[in-house]
Amino acid sequence: MTITKLGFTAITLAALGALTLSGCAGGGAAPASTPNPAAIITTNGSEPHNPLIPTSTIETGGAKIVNSIFAGLVYYDADGASVNDVADTITTDDNTTFTIKIKPGLTFSDGQALTSSSFVDAWQYGALLSNSQLGSSFFSDIAGYSVETDSPLTGLTVVDDTTFTVALTAPTADFPQRLGATAFYPLPASAFTDMAAFGESPIGNGPYMLDGATAWKHNEKIDLVVNPDYAGGRAPKNGGLSITFYANQGAAYSDLLANNLDVLDSIPDSAYGTYESDLGDRVINQPAAIFQSVTIPERLAHFDGEEGKLRRAALSMAINRDEITEIIFSGTRTPASDFTSPVIDGWTDTLRGSDVLEFDAKAAKKLWAEADDISPWTGTFQIAYNADGGHQGWVDAASNSIKNTLGIKASGAPTPTFAQSRTAIADRSIQTAFRAGWQADYPSVYNFLEPSFATNAGSNDGEYSNPEFDALLARGSAENDLTAANSDFQKAQEILLEDLPSIPLWYANVTGGVGTDVHGVVFGWDSVPLFNEITKD
Amino acid sequence: MTGYIFRRILQAIPVFLGTTFLIYFMVFAMPGDPIVALFGDKTPNPAVVAQLRAQYHLDQPFFVQYLIYLGGIFRGDFGLSFSGEPVTSILARTFPVTARLAILALLFETFFGILVGLISGLRKGKLFDASSLAVSLILISLPIFVIAFVGQYVFGVWLGWARTTVGSGAPLQDLVLPALVLASVSFAQIVRLTRASVIETSGLDFVRTAYSKGLSSRRVIPVHILRNSLIPVVTYLATDFGVLLVGATITEGIFNVPGVGNTLYQAIIRGEGPTVVSFVTVMVLIYLVVNILVDLFYGLLDPRIRYVK
Repeated sequence: MTITKLGFTAITLAALGALTLSGCAGGGAAPASTPNPAAIITTNGSEPHNPLIPTSTIETGGAKIVNSIFAGLVYYDADGASVNDVADTITTDDNTTFTIKIKPGLTFSDGQALTSSSFVDAWQYGALLSNSQLGSSFFSDIAGYSVETDSPLTGLTVVDDTTFTVALTAPTADFPQRLGATAFYPLPASAFTDMAAFGESPIGNGPYMLDGATAWKHNEKIDLVVNPDYAGGRAPKNGGLSITFYANQGAAYSDLLANNLDVLDSIPDSAYGTYESDLGDRVINQPAAIFQSVTIPERLAHFDGEEGKLRRAALSMAINRDEITEIIFSGTRTPASDFTSPVIDGWTDTLRGSDVLEFDAKAAKKLWAEADDISPWTGTFQIAYNADGGHQGWVDAASNSIKNTLGIKASGAPTPTFAQSRTAIADRSIQTAFRAGWQADYPSVYNFLEPSFATNAGSNDGEYSNPEFDALLARGSAENDLTAANSDFQKAQEILLEDLPSIPLWYANVTGGVGTDVHGVVFGWDSVPLFNEITKD
Repeated sequence: MTGYIFRRILQAIPVFLGTTFLIYFMVFAMPGDPIVALFGDKTPNPAVVAQLRAQYHLDQPFFVQYLIYLGGIFRGDFGLSFSGEPVTSILARTFPVTARLAILALLFETFFGILVGLISGLRKGKLFDASSLAVSLILISLPIFVIAFVGQYVFGVWLGWARTTVGSGAPLQDLVLPALVLASVSFAQIVRLTRASVIETSGLDFVRTAYSKGLSSRRVIPVHILRNSLIPVVTYLATDFGVLLVGATITEGIFNVPGVGNTLYQAIIRGEGPTVVSFVTVMVLIYLVVNILVDLFYGLLDPRIRYVK
C-alpha cells in the first residue's frame, strides 16, 4: 500500500488532532485515551408511539428504550447470532415442544423475583386479544393463540420456578432465534395490577433501568442508568444512556457536528452530500436488516399468469439498481441479490435466477415484447408511495429507468401520508404496484420470507400464493439444522425469483456517526448501536 | 369598559365552537387510518384494529365523535394521545416552553426594532437609515429556515457560542438563539413600520408646536413623537405575539424545541385527532385573548380611542 502525500498529511493532522484532544480532555500524561466507566452516552431517539410495554412496542423509538431496559431469554450479538441471556438452556426434540430453563436467582431492577411465570404471564397478556397489544402476532405460532376471540395460550406450561414449556402448532426450527424479540420479554408481577402506569415507568431486568420514576420526559428525552442487578452478557461499559427525542433528524445531525451528541444512528437525507467530509472516519455505513422492494399484486391487469411473470422480470431488469443506489442514495443502499439482507445468516448472492436483478436493457425489452404477444400493454405503469417518507427520489428514478428502457409510460403515484398508503394497501383498494419495505423482527431468513410471501400470511400484501414455495418454507422450518434449513429457504427464494411477487430493489444501510471521544460503536443486526459496548473518554 | 370586555368574551364563544368543529372535521377527513399506520409496514390483526378504534371512538360517526370530544372538554378531559398520555398534560408541558420562546423573541424584536426604527426615522436619508433599510430588506426576503440553519451552524457548530439544539426542559440560555432567529423577520418589519410612522408624526403640527414651546428633543421624541407613532407597531406586535405563541413549527423543528409547534406537527403526522384539536383550540383561545388585550391597550396609547356603547 502506498500512502499519497495528501493522505500522509491527513494522517499527521489526525494524529496531531488526537494529541491536542487528549491533552484537552485528560490533561494528564497518558497519550492513549482512557474510557470513563461512569460516562453517560447521549444518542438520538424519537418519542415512543406507545406505552413502554414490550408487547405493544413495535416501532423503533420505543424499541430502542425497551431493548435497553429489558433482557429476554436470548439476545442478539453484533453478528445477529442469538446468545442466551436469561435462558440457561432451550431444548427440543421435535421443533414443536420447547423446554426452557432460566437462570436461577435473577431479579427485576426493583428486586422482584424473575421466574418462569414472569415470561408466561407476560406472553399470555401480550397474546390476549382484548389487551389490544400491537405485537400480539409474535405469539401466533403458540398453541391456543386466536385472532378472533380471547383465548389463553394453552401451549405455555409452568413446570417450576425456573422451567417452562412452550408447545407450538407446527414445527418451527427458528423459534429459539425469535426469543430475543421485544415481544418475548418478561414482566414483573407488579405490572399486571396497573399496566398503564407500568407503561409510563416500566421496571425491567435489562442492562439499564430508568433513572427514576419520571425519567421519561415526553417529547424531550429519557434517561437510563446502569442496572447493577443485570448479570447477562450485555453488561454496560458506560454509566448510562440519555436518549434525546428529535422530531427532525437535521437537528440531531447538527448536535453531532457540535459534539453535543455521542451517537447518531441515522444520517438525515439532507446531509447525504456532505456527511463523509463532515465526519471523516467517524462515519458508520453498514448494511442493515431492511429489505426494500416493489410489490406488484397479481390482481392488477396484465400482471397475472405467464404474462405477469414476463412483465415482472422485464421491469426488474429495466431498473438500474447500481446507478440509483449510487446517485440517489449516495451509497447508503446496497443493491439486492435475494429477498433477505446481508446481515442475516443465510443471505446469499448466488441464487439461481438472480440475474433477473441485474440491469439488462436488451433482455428486458425482449421479455416485455414476449408479454405483449400474449396481451398488448396499455396504460401507465405506476409505483405508489407515501410522500412523507422521502421516497420520491428513487421512485422517480426507477420509473424513468423503466420508461427509458421499455418505452412505456411509467411514473410514481404518491399519496400524502404513510397512514393513507398503508390503509389502501391493507384493504386492497390500491390499483397500482406499490413500494414495500420489510425490517426483520428477529435475525432469520424465515422472518423475511414467511410474513411477506407465504399464503395468507400477515403481511402478504400482494396476496401471493404458491404451494411449492409454502412447502419449501414448511420443510425448512422443520429442519433441525440451520444450514439445511437455509438451503431449503434458498430454494424457496429461487421460486420467488421466478414469480417476482415483489421485485427486490436494495437493502437499506444503516448510516450513522459518532462523536470525537466515543469508542466501540458497533451497530447490531437491527440497525441500533449495541449501547452497552460504547465507551467515552 | 366592563361591558365592552364582557361583549368581547361572549363573541369568543361561537368562534370557539366554530373552530373546534372545523378543525375536528379536518382531522376526521384526513385520508388514511391512523390505527393501521401504528402497525408500520406490518398488516395488523383486524380484531386488534377494531378494538383500538373503539378505544379512541374512531368507529363512531363524525358527529358522535365530535360530541364525545366536546363533552370531554367541558369536564376538563381533552382525551389521550396514542402513547397513553393525557392531552392536558401535553398542553401543560409544551405551552410554557413556547411561551418562553415567544416572550423572549418579542422582547428582542420590540426593543431592537423600535430603537433602530426610531433612529432611522429621525435621521431619514442618512447612512444609518440607508443601512438599516438594507438590512431589514435582506432579513424580510430570507426564508426563516435559511436564517435558522445559518444561525445554528455559525453560532452552534462553528463558533460554539450557543448549543445547537434546545435540550430537555428548554432552559432560557438555550432559547436565546432560536428566539433571535424567530425575532429576525419581525424585527425587520418593526424597523420599517416605526420608521415610516416616526417620519409621518415628526412632520405633524403638534410636534412643531411642542418644539416652538421650547421643549427639548429629549422630551419631544419619546412623549410626542414615539408615543403617537406606536399604534401601527402595537397592532403588528400583537398579531405577531399571537403567531409566536401558537408555535413556530419550522424554527422549533430545526432547534428541537419541545414546544407547541413541534408537538403539533408530530400529532398531525400521526393523525392524533384529540391532540391536534385541543392544541388548535387553545391556540384560538390565546389569539382571542391577545386581541382583546391589544384593543384595550390602544386606549392607553391614544386617549381619543374610547370603548363606549
